[in-house]
Amino acid sequence: MDPAPLLELRGVKKSFPKPDGGELLVLDGIDLELREGEILGLLGRSGSGKSTLLRLVAGLAPASGGTIRCLGRPVNGPPEGVAMVFQSPALFPWLTVLENVELGLEAAGLPPAEARRRALAAIDTIGLDGFESAYPRELSGGMRQRVGFARAIVVHPAILLLDEPFSALDVLTAETLRSDFLDLWSDGRLPIQGMILVTHNIEEAVAMCDRIVLFASDPGRIATTFPVELPQPRARLDPSFRDLVERIYVELTARAPKARPATAEGLPGLGIGTILPPVSTNLLAGFLEALAAPPFSGRADLPVLAERLAMGIDELFPVAETLQILRLVELEGGDIHLTADGRRFVEADTDDRKALFAKQLTAFVPLAGHIRRVLDERPGHRAPWSRFAEELEDHMTPAAAERTLRAVIGWARWAELFAYDDSRRIFSFENP
Amino acid sequence: MVRRGAAFGLADALAALLVLGALALLAEFARELVGPAPTAAPIALDPSHLPLLALRTTSRMLAAMALSLLFTFTVATWAAKSRRAERVLLPLLDILQSVPILGFLSVTATAFLAIAPGRAAGAELAAIFAIFTSQAWNMAFSFYQSLRTVPRELEEAARSFRLNGWMRFWRLEVPFALPALVWNMMMSMSGGWFFVVAAEAITVGETTVVLPGIGSWIARAIDERDLAAVGWALAAMAIVILLYDRLLFRPLVAWSERFRYEGEAGATSERSAVLEILRRSHLLGLVGAPLGHLWRAGYRLSARLGRAGVTGGNRTSPLVWLDRAGVVLLLVIGALAAHRAVEFALLGVRPDELARVVALGGLTAVRVVVLLLLASVLWVPIGVRLGLRPELARIAQPIAQMLAAFPTNLLFPVAVSAIVAWRLDPDVWLSPLMILGTQWYVLFNVIAGAAAIPRELHDVAASLRVRGWLWWRKVALPAIVPFWLTGAITASGGAWNASIVAELARWGGVRLEAHGLGAYIALTTEAGDFHRIVLGIAVMSAFVVGINRLVWRPLYRWAERAFRLD
Repeated sequence: MDPAPLLELRGVKKSFPKPDGGELLVLDGIDLELREGEILGLLGRSGSGKSTLLRLVAGLAPASGGTIRCLGRPVNGPPEGVAMVFQSPALFPWLTVLENVELGLEAAGLPPAEARRRALAAIDTIGLDGFESAYPRELSGGMRQRVGFARAIVVHPAILLLDEPFSALDVLTAETLRSDFLDLWSDGRLPIQGMILVTHNIEEAVAMCDRIVLFASDPGRIATTFPVELPQPRARLDPSFRDLVERIYVELTARAPKARPATAEGLPGLGIGTILPPVSTNLLAGFLEALAAPPFSGRADLPVLAERLAMGIDELFPVAETLQILRLVELEGGDIHLTADGRRFVEADTDDRKALFAKQLTAFVPLAGHIRRVLDERPGHRAPWSRFAEELEDHMTPAAAERTLRAVIGWARWAELFAYDDSRRIFSFENP
Repeated sequence: MVRRGAAFGLADALAALLVLGALALLAEFARELVGPAPTAAPIALDPSHLPLLALRTTSRMLAAMALSLLFTFTVATWAAKSRRAERVLLPLLDILQSVPILGFLSVTATAFLAIAPGRAAGAELAAIFAIFTSQAWNMAFSFYQSLRTVPRELEEAARSFRLNGWMRFWRLEVPFALPALVWNMMMSMSGGWFFVVAAEAITVGETTVVLPGIGSWIARAIDERDLAAVGWALAAMAIVILLYDRLLFRPLVAWSERFRYEGEAGATSERSAVLEILRRSHLLGLVGAPLGHLWRAGYRLSARLGRAGVTGGNRTSPLVWLDRAGVVLLLVIGALAAHRAVEFALLGVRPDELARVVALGGLTAVRVVVLLLLASVLWVPIGVRLGLRPELARIAQPIAQMLAAFPTNLLFPVAVSAIVAWRLDPDVWLSPLMILGTQWYVLFNVIAGAAAIPRELHDVAASLRVRGWLWWRKVALPAIVPFWLTGAITASGGAWNASIVAELARWGGVRLEAHGLGAYIALTTEAGDFHRIVLGIAVMSAFVVGINRLVWRPLYRWAERAFRLD
């Protein structure tokens, strides 16, 4: 029998109230535990609720159902013994590096001398010597995030929560910071017993974590768990490393929305209420061309394509899935390939591309067809923004509704399907 | 952090002077408060008295500013933290912001004199309160806005590191709010000079209150038709404004720059020699360090007292009860005040009187609009040209800001004596006085707007050879519209207020009167007719609020959407 877990989640739910009075479920039935000495990865696309879950654990937001126990005590409010590193370092710009690091100790009511000693020690550990009196704005992104780490470990937390801490950094900086941090952890130089890492970078998850939990969307829930049994330090080119990355991709593509109403899990398939990502038509066209060109010639392994195009899964999947919704590509078992329409699109000139895109848009994106129909039916052939926004808000948050509507407007404008006047917030057929 | 090295340097000497000056100011002010009642005894027009008079005027300003800060930190925080209070306080602040304070002087002065009869304190408090009412609202608004827009990630970081409420306020919320607050303090101070000058010599019916200061000096100079004395006062005020700008606001603004959150563009990149001196001085470090220690000890104490400022548990804390009680109290006071005001103003006021007052309001409104347009036609082209030349803008911007601070009511006698001398029509020629002080807001906002046009837009316009009227229509004007609106809104509010002193002017025994709501309020004040004063103020407030709601706000929202640069 294992010792008591550091963190224990049972049946955790999170929902937000909708404007019409209903509830919008973003996390459902989460059972999870963090064991001693473990780095647990939460992997998923944006909107899968993984960051929300981290916020619940951090006590920054209350769960709507289920229990969260941290170090044996129920969580209501930021628990003692838990510290967090944020995606944007969230440093206080008016405090120096030293003052930023001391902040949590000050809040705990530590004597000044003790706080100073511990802060300097943490700064030393994390490799920030010499930067004590600098202000955050004087530091590079990587150095700022180091301050974020120092500020978290200085309070000697039992559990460290990492909310995409490397995702705002460039590739090289992220890699350096990651390996430095992993070294500290493996050497036992951190006063930490366990960590949760939220990420949308598959390789990062495989490189750092002992266990990876894959999230599915709508509502956010745990899809699969992958144990990672590779020894540290892990080499990215190692076949077993690659194999695990590939398996995660396969799992992710298996869960991509199918272009049919009512998918296997009985989810609302592609009704009007589907959240659409704001992906530009330039990006869609560029992606298709890259896929059609050698070395892929119409079919690619997703990890390879992601690497080649330097896209994380949070960038790759919105594009791939939008194309899948439009039936220009097909995703299957970690692979992606052009459909017949997709190939025709690549080979066509601009006007034909627009016509094809308009056809696919009307046929397979219900919201686009819906707007088109409403405009057709109305006597003046115009409709206000609110007409559609309110409809969408029955299914999603106002922010998501805005994004979805903006996405469709962007596509429809390119396809010349309908027009939209933002200063008056009116949809119409008129283009000057 | 105390720097080792040179011993007592020039920086220290200057810093010591600054600190001593501040202390002297405080002492002078305290002495004044317990002094004998202000008599109607004439102020001697002797220039050697002017420095002391200026000091007194300044100390009133600073006292009011301290009061406004206290108000801001308490009431605005309350509004930001409590939904309940927010619903009551926000509309209240909005209305208060629109009430013409000058008209109110008479009412508050009598009230305060009644509280502390026979002491200078009553009259002083009345003046300070008047200035306070001209300063507090926009500061409170700005602070409230800032508290509501603290970046989520900082707020979460503060919570996750378990900062309690007290620490969060001083470590996160106040620093975040500072740049905007300092800017608003500056605007408030600028507006305040106008009121302090007006508040130093008030006549309500039989009672005349004269507080020693530049304002009462001017009042006396007007009685004596002494243009030389007016000139002396102008010079003294110019020096005061210059000093206040250099010693107080430049350093404050430059210092507050460091609290700007990443990504926010600074309005100006201020540098301040005074601030550099203060920063470099050892003395300040010596005085500051123990204070800093005490302050930090306060954090530790609060950390120990209120273990974790976490919203958890369902138990109703005493704070919630305090909040509820406060809101109820506010509502009761508000209802009583509204009831009294309606009763006071409307009973004994016939409908035709009301109609007349509204018509007068219309006249003043026409003046404000025409003047604003004239000022814009004059200043927009100049402002754009200045803004496009960074080296010129750097010089012009602070000058415009200083001119906005200069209390133009000091200039009125000069203009009025000219109108009298040349027998001009007061209905026309008194009007420009209304906008004299507030036109600068248009200018410096336009300068800021033009300076904010991105370099690339100029380059594109230049390379496409967009010139002349086309350039104004497509490049310059759209880019500055939101800025111009900000300036125009401020200028229009100020002009309404100024109408009370501008539409009725005096030069010795001669009285000039323009037709308008401002003159109505001024006349009824002179007569001590409180019913009509309140009626006039109510109608003017209604005009200001109405114009804000129906014209400025929709315009501003449209401009923000249509001309956003991003």
